[in-house]
Amino acid sequence: MPKDDSLDRIAERLGLSRRAFLKFCTGVAATLGLSSQAGVAMAQAVAASRRPSVIWLSAQECTGCTESLLRATHPTLETLILDMISLDYSETLMVAAGHDAEVARHAAMKENHGKYVVVVDGSIPTKDGGIYCKVAGKTMQEHLYEAAEGAAAIIAIGSCASWGGVPASGPNPTGAVPVSEIIKDKPVINIPGCPPNPYNFLATVMQLITYGTVPELDKENRPKFAYGRLIHENCERRPHFDAGRFATEFGDEGHRKGWCLYKLGCKGPETYANCPAIEFGDVGGGAWPVGVGAPCFGCTEKGVGFTKPLHEQAKVATHTPPDMFPPVHPDVGQGVTPGAAALVGAVAGAILGGTAVTVRELGRMEKQAHDEHDASA
Amino acid sequence: MSEYRILKRPLLTPVTLFFGVLAVIGLILLAKRFIFGLGSVTNLNDGYPWGIWVVYDIMIGTAFACGGYALALTVYIFNRGQYHPLVRPALLASLFGYGLGGLSAVIDMGRYWNAWQIINPWQQNFNAVMLEVALCITAYVTILIIEFLPAVLERFKLETWRRRLDRVLFIFIAIGVVLPTMHQSSLGSLLILFGQKVHPLWQAVEFLPLLALVSAVTMGFAIVIFEASLVSLKLTREPETHLFAGLGRIARWLLVAFLAFRFIDLTRRDAWGYAFDGSFEAFMFWAETALFILPVILLFRESRPVHSPGMGRGPILFLSGVCVLLAGALYRINGVLVGFNPGPGFHYFPSVEELLVTLGVIAMEVVGYLLVIKLFPVLPKPHPEIDHGKSAATSQAPAAQA
Repeated sequence: MPKDDSLDRIAERLGLSRRAFLKFCTGVAATLGLSSQAGVAMAQAVAASRRPSVIWLSAQECTGCTESLLRATHPTLETLILDMISLDYSETLMVAAGHDAEVARHAAMKENHGKYVVVVDGSIPTKDGGIYCKVAGKTMQEHLYEAAEGAAAIIAIGSCASWGGVPASGPNPTGAVPVSEIIKDKPVINIPGCPPNPYNFLATVMQLITYGTVPELDKENRPKFAYGRLIHENCERRPHFDAGRFATEFGDEGHRKGWCLYKLGCKGPETYANCPAIEFGDVGGGAWPVGVGAPCFGCTEKGVGFTKPLHEQAKVATHTPPDMFPPVHPDVGQGVTPGAAALVGAVAGAILGGTAVTVRELGRMEKQAHDEHDASA
Repeated sequence: MSEYRILKRPLLTPVTLFFGVLAVIGLILLAKRFIFGLGSVTNLNDGYPWGIWVVYDIMIGTAFACGGYALALTVYIFNRGQYHPLVRPALLASLFGYGLGGLSAVIDMGRYWNAWQIINPWQQNFNAVMLEVALCITAYVTILIIEFLPAVLERFKLETWRRRLDRVLFIFIAIGVVLPTMHQSSLGSLLILFGQKVHPLWQAVEFLPLLALVSAVTMGFAIVIFEASLVSLKLTREPETHLFAGLGRIARWLLVAFLAFRFIDLTRRDAWGYAFDGSFEAFMFWAETALFILPVILLFRESRPVHSPGMGRGPILFLSGVCVLLAGALYRINGVLVGFNPGPGFHYFPSVEELLVTLGVIAMEVVGYLLVIKLFPVLPKPHPEIDHGKSAATSQAPAAQA
């Protein structure tokens, strides 16, 4: 790697050692499934290029996605927004308010036309002209059209922005729709989840910054590195599923013993996400819903989370369990049969009877001998 | 002049015939076992590789056969010559018990054609308790044959050979006392190796060899009382109570010792809770313990004056003997089968055919015993005095005279 002052400078600004900064970038590269070379490239991209402008639009949402990002530790949110990206508009995080905020957004969009990244959390209301979510006197639809026009990439973060989420589930009074139904002429990257794992979002952003490319997406436009496999496939409780050990009630023996939650309505078998692999909150030790005994409700899967009843059984995408499992401990051997019991009983009876008779006869014989002895004496 | 006689009775009697039929059934089933394999006759499986054949024919059978050992200990080690007349019948019972026990081990072996490897030095595993038991029992059967030889030599009046044998017999008698001490305790040690599979009420670990040995010696005394009572009642019609009454006094202290060791062990392992958990194992434990305690009570009562009301001495001794034998048998059945849990899913109860083989083996012992006492001088000569424990043969019977 060429000696590059910019790395030292950015490391200094972050209050990190150069080594720690490189380690962080390599870590992000690993999350993306890239080589350690990519980590170095990423470090240089972060250090060298102008920080990309990000405009974060919040529609009908609960701020859970932002909260989730706040909990990220590598990088922390402040590292992200102060050193890696230029977060030019965010209702939750920006200092400016009112007209100032609007001015900042417009300036950023104008200055970075065609280069900035739009992140949307929350679903977009369409009923009655979309009047149910308005900022600065304009509906979210209008804001979205305006922002998408000059955007290099659009990321829909969270289940609401990706599939409609809570606001779009029946009876859907606001006519809420996902971002991808408003913006049809540009690809929308979906990072679903309620909330999504912050690292799935961060890794996608880092690839955008570094290579200017979008990670490989599946047919629902989710990055494959994060949503390529079923939760079921990497679940630590999977062996219980295969062996037929299910919790059937909250708090029952199986639930307490950490058995499979499939029969409680766990949607892991039909939901694609990397939750069991990277978990939540950076604390390890099974800190994710299934890991702590709460069935997965399928938040990252279109038509599952917020749509299917919580306790309805999942439609297993891979192999459904058989109705009957072979017993874990098959019955081996023959118990007592009537014939054997009769024979043992007969022997016991013979011993008892024989003993009784012998005792009596011995007594009689002894008495007789005594009498003879006394008589002869 | 021998103190033994040949019983002058017809060889074929209804009793011999009855047990003969049982023995023949056993032999037919054994033929089936050797032609079609263990599975065709037994209920053994991978969880219960040891069934009634090992528990009864070997463990209980050889403990029942400890009469010779118990008497050899009493007569030759503790120098109680008055019991010498009982030695030969006890030796005969031991010979049958151990001989058929050894045979049963081969019957129970899946690949019995490899049994000879036991004496093949480069196939021997010197860490195996099984090897110790196998070699020891084989050696002891040989010793028992030599110890019994005087009866055969007497029968054929080979006096020269008899005298030659007498000069070296003490060596065999000494070995004959050492060997059962070794393998009877080792039969207990086998249970140590079962580890957690044995229910805590019976998994006494370091105490197992001691418990096995003490119970076996006690059962040895009991079988002498049992056998002598039956012989005197059914065959000679002459009470022999005066001969074996003293054995009951030894047995009762052995029983107390056994119970003490048993209870100390349960206490030190905190296992008493299992005796009160209402399980089948707890029930069997109390059945077994009751059978051990009952003869203690009976035998301490027995030492009261003869003419006191209630049961006489003979019946009390006989009843105690039966209790001890059943208690020892139950202790072994409980440890190896009832309290044995090889893991979920496994069941075992002996099949009818398996039980018939065991009954056949017992029948063979009875028939063999009845035939031998009618052909060789085995039973003690009748004594003119009745019910005078120590009068008989106090001055005679040094070791060499066996």
